[in-house]
Amino acid sequence: MSPARVDKQEEVKMKKSVILGALSVAGLSAGAAAAATLDDVKARGQLNCGVSTGLSGFSAPDADGEWQGFDVAVCRAVAAAVLDDPMAVEFVPTTGKTRFTALASGEVDMLARNTTWTLSRDVDLKFEFTGVNYYDGQGFMVPKSLGVSSAKELSGATVCIQTGTTTELNLADYFRKNDMDYEPVPIETNAEAQQQYLAGACDVYTTDASGLAATRASFENAGDHVILPEIISKEPLGPLVRHGDNEWGDVVRWTLNALIAAEEMGINSDNLAEMAEGTENPEVNRLLGTEGNLGEMLGLDSDWAQRAIMAGGNYGELFEKHIGEQTPIGLARGLNAQWTDGGLLYAPPFR
Amino acid sequence: MSNLSFVRTEMLPEREPPLTEVGVIGWMRENLFSGWFNSILTVLSVLFIYYVLSGILPWLISPTWNAGSLRECREILVAVGSVGEHGASGACWGVIRERWIQLFFGFYPSQFYWRPIMAFVLLAVALAPVLFADKVPTRLLYFSAVYPFLFPWLLWGGSIWGPLGAAAGFVIGYFVYKSVEVRVNSLAGIIAGAVTALIWWLVLFSPITSWLANLIPLGLEGVRSRDFGGMMLSLTIGVVAIGMSLPLGIVLALGRKSDLLIVKSLCVGFIEFIRGVPLITLLFVASTLLNIFMPPGTNFDIILRVIIMATLFASAYMAEVIRGGLAALPKGQYEGADSLGLNYWQAQRLIIMPQALKISIPGIVSTFIGLFKDTTLVSIIGLLDPLGLSNAIRADSNWNGIVWELYGFIALMFFVFCFGMSRYSMYLERKLQTGH
Repeated sequence: MSPARVDKQEEVKMKKSVILGALSVAGLSAGAAAAATLDDVKARGQLNCGVSTGLSGFSAPDADGEWQGFDVAVCRAVAAAVLDDPMAVEFVPTTGKTRFTALASGEVDMLARNTTWTLSRDVDLKFEFTGVNYYDGQGFMVPKSLGVSSAKELSGATVCIQTGTTTELNLADYFRKNDMDYEPVPIETNAEAQQQYLAGACDVYTTDASGLAATRASFENAGDHVILPEIISKEPLGPLVRHGDNEWGDVVRWTLNALIAAEEMGINSDNLAEMAEGTENPEVNRLLGTEGNLGEMLGLDSDWAQRAIMAGGNYGELFEKHIGEQTPIGLARGLNAQWTDGGLLYAPPFR
Repeated sequence: MSNLSFVRTEMLPEREPPLTEVGVIGWMRENLFSGWFNSILTVLSVLFIYYVLSGILPWLISPTWNAGSLRECREILVAVGSVGEHGASGACWGVIRERWIQLFFGFYPSQFYWRPIMAFVLLAVALAPVLFADKVPTRLLYFSAVYPFLFPWLLWGGSIWGPLGAAAGFVIGYFVYKSVEVRVNSLAGIIAGAVTALIWWLVLFSPITSWLANLIPLGLEGVRSRDFGGMMLSLTIGVVAIGMSLPLGIVLALGRKSDLLIVKSLCVGFIEFIRGVPLITLLFVASTLLNIFMPPGTNFDIILRVIIMATLFASAYMAEVIRGGLAALPKGQYEGADSLGLNYWQAQRLIIMPQALKISIPGIVSTFIGLFKDTTLVSIIGLLDPLGLSNAIRADSNWNGIVWELYGFIALMFFVFCFGMSRYSMYLERKLQTGH
């Protein structure tokens, strides 16, 4: 299922289950009382990381049972920074319905599971989003033969849409705003959507852009389908931790920032060893721990960022390896480029 | 009188029966073409079967066993000219070749595959004296009694003293029961035995076993529950829940028919509550609510939680199935047992239960089959059973877009087990047939 799709399904259901919500708040406060996750992780020698049960390019087990993907890489980087072993991660597959309780109850130390950063999750559910590792948004895919080049020309189309999600609401809003009408074809899962769309049950399939790209990549004649340029919603996806344990939140936040900053400063897994000898650039030195005591401030040692980058490479390398243009999913950097390249990635200074 | 009369003195040689009465032709005349209406039906059925198979077989027989991705499958199919109107047509079996081990064992460490295999082979051994009582030496029953402690140890590993200590609780309880029963009476014996066993498990068990484990460290390397997956997970949950739900169901059914008010209301309340709640709700309680109620840091195994919920769920249904069997027994059977001077448990054991259980066999087996298939619901709470894994496999960009092959393979695995159970129940019914 595509990333924010699951999130939204969850969100809609969550509003319905008042009791569960109240209970999870009770559990959250209990979880917050038992802070010091960093010490727990160090004592355990293992990071428990909640991931999706399977999402193309972001988290999936390979044939040997090793978890791979862009979200998985964030977990490995954190494990490398804290425990000096990128493999010291126990991956806990979570569904859209179980992920928040898994985090709140302490079953996992962090979630890296394509979760959209929203106010209610941050504030009401008492979580702390530690940054954004992928900027997503809802898009449209149509067969080329339809001859449409913009979502504005979709008036009267039949649209495959997953039911009970806010994607459905986004779609309704967008069509109303542009004074167009459409006929929804309700479906349950992404796999079903692929089948329906290919069988011609609908003219348009709408879900998150990354999900559309992965779906399109699986088609036999991918070239016969186009993803329209309009993105109609904002889905900043990022790792999150429990509210109230700021030391642990800082570790996860700055590990992600270190990956992003490393790309900006031109540090990658090839030249890391060389850079770690010491460079002319003081910020690189501070990040890699040859100058200053940033690691100590986080409760880690001075090499923490080196290890995080060694785990799989800097942000750009991870992107290229798991979801970039060389992979079957073939996502362009787009919004996820560095701010210097016109994207939104902007790591605060390491000082 | 003349000698014209003819009396045959030797037998005529036996002649072949007419071709139309025996062999394939005879059978077909008898069964397929015994009238114009049946002939038409036969022809139509054959055409229908041909139509279905001609659609499915070319798809099934597809030279894609060695493909490494969906893309490669399509290239192979195009190369052999198997192209339909929607592009390449044919199954992509590469995914099964690459992932079938994963679909069976999940993430279980590969050097320990012998452990689950042995656990399930021994399961067959342990079940044999129960299922085929007349064909296997009775002494094997001792192994069946040991097996419930062997099974979790093989699967999860850990120190040998854990299962031994758990079994010791039963032994201790039994001896206390025996000694008190002789001196006081059997009710006091049962209570005393149960209390001692509980004290052993709750208080003495963990210090003693850990002390023994330190003294003589014998054991298998531990495997975490998170590594369980695929068919093995379904079988583990199914086997344990099936094994536990039958005795629990019998107790609940007897409790429901009991004259003791408290016992009866407890059993009715339990059965009605569990039956009134969907299994998926119980699974959510197991996976999320329990987490919240327990103090942070408690590690209550997720598979154990799921097994408990599945067992409770199945035992409520089992109780009602068995109550149906009890209700079908004529009152004379109860009165006959009473007139022989049997007490309650003797009557149940010797007269009532054998008959009631026999009547309930079809219901019991369909509850088992239903429970086994319900284990796939655990994919909704994030456990990777075969269905959950099929989603995870599709998330691999090599196999994104593959649907039928995975579901077909999983369906086949489930069919084998469910069909086996169903055939066994038919065998058992024939064996226990006394109505002739």
